[in-house]
Amino acid sequence: MIEAVGPIKRKFAPWDDPTLKPFIRFENVTKRFGDFTAVDNLTLDIYEREFFALLGPSGCGKTTLMRMLAGFEQPTEGRILLDGKDLSGIPPYKRPVNMMFQSYALFPHMTVEGNIAFGLKQEGMDTSNINTRVAEMLELVKLEKFAKRKPHQLSGGQRQRVALARSLAKRPKVLLLDEPLGALDRKLREETQFELMDIQMELGMTFLIVTHDQEEAMTVSDRIAVMNHGIIAQIGTASEIYEQPASRYVADFVGDINLIDGTVTAVDDDNVTLHCAGVDATIVAEAGAGEVAVGAEAGFAIRPEKVQISLEAPPAGTPNVLSGEVWDIGYLGDISVYRVRLAGGSIVKATVANLTRIVERPITWEDKVYLTWPADAGVILLK
Amino acid sequence: MAERWTQDVKPFLAKWALVAVPYLWSLLFFLAPFLIILKISLSQTAIAMPPYVPVIGSLGDFWAKLSDFTFDNYVFLTEDPLYYSAYLSSLRIALVSTILLLIVGYPIAYGMARAPKSLRNALVMAVILPFWTSFLIRVYAWIGILKPEGLITIALQSLGILGPDEQIHVYNTETAVFIGIVYSYLPFMVLPLYAALEKLDATLLEAAADLGCPPTKSFWVITFPLSLPGVIAGCFLCFIPIVGEFVIPDLLGGSETLMIGKTLWAEFFNNRDWPVSSAVAVVLLIILVVPIVIFQNQQKKA
Repeated sequence: MIEAVGPIKRKFAPWDDPTLKPFIRFENVTKRFGDFTAVDNLTLDIYEREFFALLGPSGCGKTTLMRMLAGFEQPTEGRILLDGKDLSGIPPYKRPVNMMFQSYALFPHMTVEGNIAFGLKQEGMDTSNINTRVAEMLELVKLEKFAKRKPHQLSGGQRQRVALARSLAKRPKVLLLDEPLGALDRKLREETQFELMDIQMELGMTFLIVTHDQEEAMTVSDRIAVMNHGIIAQIGTASEIYEQPASRYVADFVGDINLIDGTVTAVDDDNVTLHCAGVDATIVAEAGAGEVAVGAEAGFAIRPEKVQISLEAPPAGTPNVLSGEVWDIGYLGDISVYRVRLAGGSIVKATVANLTRIVERPITWEDKVYLTWPADAGVILLK
Repeated sequence: MAERWTQDVKPFLAKWALVAVPYLWSLLFFLAPFLIILKISLSQTAIAMPPYVPVIGSLGDFWAKLSDFTFDNYVFLTEDPLYYSAYLSSLRIALVSTILLLIVGYPIAYGMARAPKSLRNALVMAVILPFWTSFLIRVYAWIGILKPEGLITIALQSLGILGPDEQIHVYNTETAVFIGIVYSYLPFMVLPLYAALEKLDATLLEAAADLGCPPTKSFWVITFPLSLPGVIAGCFLCFIPIVGEFVIPDLLGGSETLMIGKTLWAEFFNNRDWPVSSAVAVVLLIILVVPIVIFQNQQKKA
């Protein structure tokens, strides 16, 4: 009898283990440039071997946070600890962290080998060891054939690999990745994301990635910190952030969301009832973690893929029904997006996976449709 | 027919007319004078007007008087050690000045390139500004500064460093020539260096620091090698004209400062020996062609 073995599910959650000490700790860190506050009294713990993403729009302070860890910027207030050691006053060239720059910052007058060996030479490693390590790194990023080339003789993707190899060569305790895949095209970017994950697991290092691309953050990282205006809006795993957004900002920034505003009319142990005057409907949703009081202004947030769209009216008494007219249809290949206009004029998006190759789809423009969802499909967000 | 004119002939002519302008310019103002100098250098001095023979009036003359041409002037240059040492001295002064210019100019260009963006244009202006005054006047001004009873002496006396009877004797020495040359040629060194350093991506230095390289070392392994095209351009832009420099050694240098430009002037105006001075000029040109060719090859590579 051969037992069927499913895929091994990796359970890696050091942040849930109270006995573990964080590897990197930002402690009440504030950074001001003139009267602009880039990072505002921020505290963040990152654990050893974690792949951690800082996600946010440009100007949210994520790059500044990373540059402070690398030593290029000094915190105005607060301190940064690495492995329990305060980093303040330690110049960048003495910190056991390496960075992969967004522009790659390869040395144009040096060969690929020279670039990768640069950090090792600074350490004073002897030549034979340097050669071994450089060869290892070239193999890791599959650039053995390009060792003698100069950066300008490489493609964008190859340069990106050299930059990665160079930042990994010194085996830093922490690797910082600043928008590492921003310059690559979509296909290459996806491939490289998975390669990055493999490399991180293989080398067992702590990776900190800065990105504005939510897909990238969700793909590669163990945990994500969503940032906005110098503070952390939410920290969690990709699914926590996607399924249980802590605020409207997070819900809106990560993925697509329908937000319906209303007033809380009833609260019990399991459910919150929301009367939405704008769309003339009553919505019942599972009570979230936050305290919700009757009479409070709140919003109901639901992802488009959790909204079911149907031409037939659900049986009477079904909770959570919205009706409207198909306003627009977007065909994206794998899914179709239906934009449904409700009675009050607001638009709710519903996505449907295109599981078959049918050409005629039953729902079309100007059809009257019903939107439904189970009670646990959305979350209540306070204003 | 008309179609052929607009489609083939007209663009062809337009293209060549554009290219012809610089060639015509070089032909008129460089090649023609050079051929005249070359011809004079192969002539012999004479007490006449112009002071040499043969004088060529027409092309027929040229063939008739071909036998009168001589290499005597070039042979003469090798016989008198004066010329030999004047060439060597010019090359030495040009080399030392270029090194001094690099040492003085590099920090200036580096500082300009690292200055806040809003200040950079003003700093470039400050480097160019002296050009708005006559070169000759600026060199004369140095006489007033350097002469024994000049500004430096007065300043040092008033500070009590020099006694009331002591004076600084820089004027009419080679030191004064170096001061004058470094002052006059500084923009030619600073501007190409600045252009090279300004292009330098500051994140390269961050990357070097990130990989464990302290700032002083990263200057030598990153900044300096990447500014080499600017260093080479600046050095050649200074070295080549300094070799033939006449005004500065004439005004600031003493009689012991021997430079080929001064020798040429003396041959031409004091001795009225046009053929020998022409030969001096032709040899100088040949000496300078070597670094110019190296410079051009370097520029092509960059």
